[in-house]
Amino acid sequence: MKDQKERLRRTMMFVPGNNPAMVKDAGIFGADSIMFDLEDAVSMSEKDAARYLIYEALKTIDYGNSELVVRINGLDTPYYKSDIKAMVKAGVDVIRLPKVESAAMMEELEKLVAQAEEEFGIEVGTTNLMAAIESAKGVINAYEIAISSKRMIGIALSAEDYTTDMKTHRYPDGQELLYARNVILHAARAAGIAAFDTVFTNMDDEEGFYRETELIHQLGFDGKSLVNPRQVEMVNKVYEPTKKEILNAQGVIAAIAEAKRKGSGVISMNGQMVDRPVVLRAERVMRLATAANLVDEEGNYIEK
Amino acid sequence: MEIKKTAIAGTLESSDVQIMLSAGTNGFEFELESDVAKQFGDQIKETISNVLGMYDIKDAKIKVVDKGALDLVIKARAIAAVQRALDIVDAPKWEVL
Repeated sequence: MKDQKERLRRTMMFVPGNNPAMVKDAGIFGADSIMFDLEDAVSMSEKDAARYLIYEALKTIDYGNSELVVRINGLDTPYYKSDIKAMVKAGVDVIRLPKVESAAMMEELEKLVAQAEEEFGIEVGTTNLMAAIESAKGVINAYEIAISSKRMIGIALSAEDYTTDMKTHRYPDGQELLYARNVILHAARAAGIAAFDTVFTNMDDEEGFYRETELIHQLGFDGKSLVNPRQVEMVNKVYEPTKKEILNAQGVIAAIAEAKRKGSGVISMNGQMVDRPVVLRAERVMRLATAANLVDEEGNYIEK
Repeated sequence: MEIKKTAIAGTLESSDVQIMLSAGTNGFEFELESDVAKQFGDQIKETISNVLGMYDIKDAKIKVVDKGALDLVIKARAIAAVQRALDIVDAPKWEVL
């Protein structure tokens, strides 16, 4: 659970849970999080087979530094409890519950996760949780969902179901998602967890993908759910800090070091006081710069 | 444990393996189809036999069509096939995983 709050989560790549070829290769695209899907991507008759495939993959394959997430089947399905047990036993990082509408749903999940941890001799509290919000009710209750458990690492907007629930569909300009995006983002920030934007499914519309990613980056989302590995690089490009931002962040970090050296509580840069939000922003810029390979090990900017 | 019904798990897509189990009377009777049967045939059979053993199955007819599956995929498909054959899909044996 270390550094959960500050972990970069620019990209959460969906991987169909019953496809061995895609499960096997999921680690090579550099996604910050990999989300194996036992829900919509798996037909009813293959739910059990997908569960064991993902179980064995989690136990066997080295996915490097990627955070490993599994979207289990909803709590109104007969697969829910077995999915939880298998994924807890496999030691998944995060269980993602779909169609969450209330804190009570997350509390029930947490109870079952804790039971499974006990049953399999795993330290209680190890498995993290996240919620996908896919309805008007879910959006209205976003904050209570976000704070429903200490295990929560994030909430995600799932726009296909949400727009259907709202009696609309997705438009290129995303106006229909503006309220939900802002509510989910505020709930996540207030709870101190991550906010994930929805998927963009039209792979032929590269311009639209960039437009949407730039919008959610501007709003403040941690990142985006993705359906195609090609999109990982595209999102990372949008999240890449500029040279100016990096140099400025380095200045802030140097000023902190300077203030520490002098034993001064006040940090100043170019004669101006640097306050806490500026410091936090600088640290985030440096994390993004490091992830984008724009700085070396000592934090120096690398010219392209 | 006795196999209750013929069951199949896995697909014929690349990197997958399809395993069909049915009741037998004479130990494990394998029928294996794989492009890499020469190099990996014994290993594939061993992985499946181990899974059957964990469910205490002594006799079975096992038809395997391998499409280049990794060992973990073979194991996962074998588990799914056995649970289907034993009719315990809804009450899996967790200690086997």
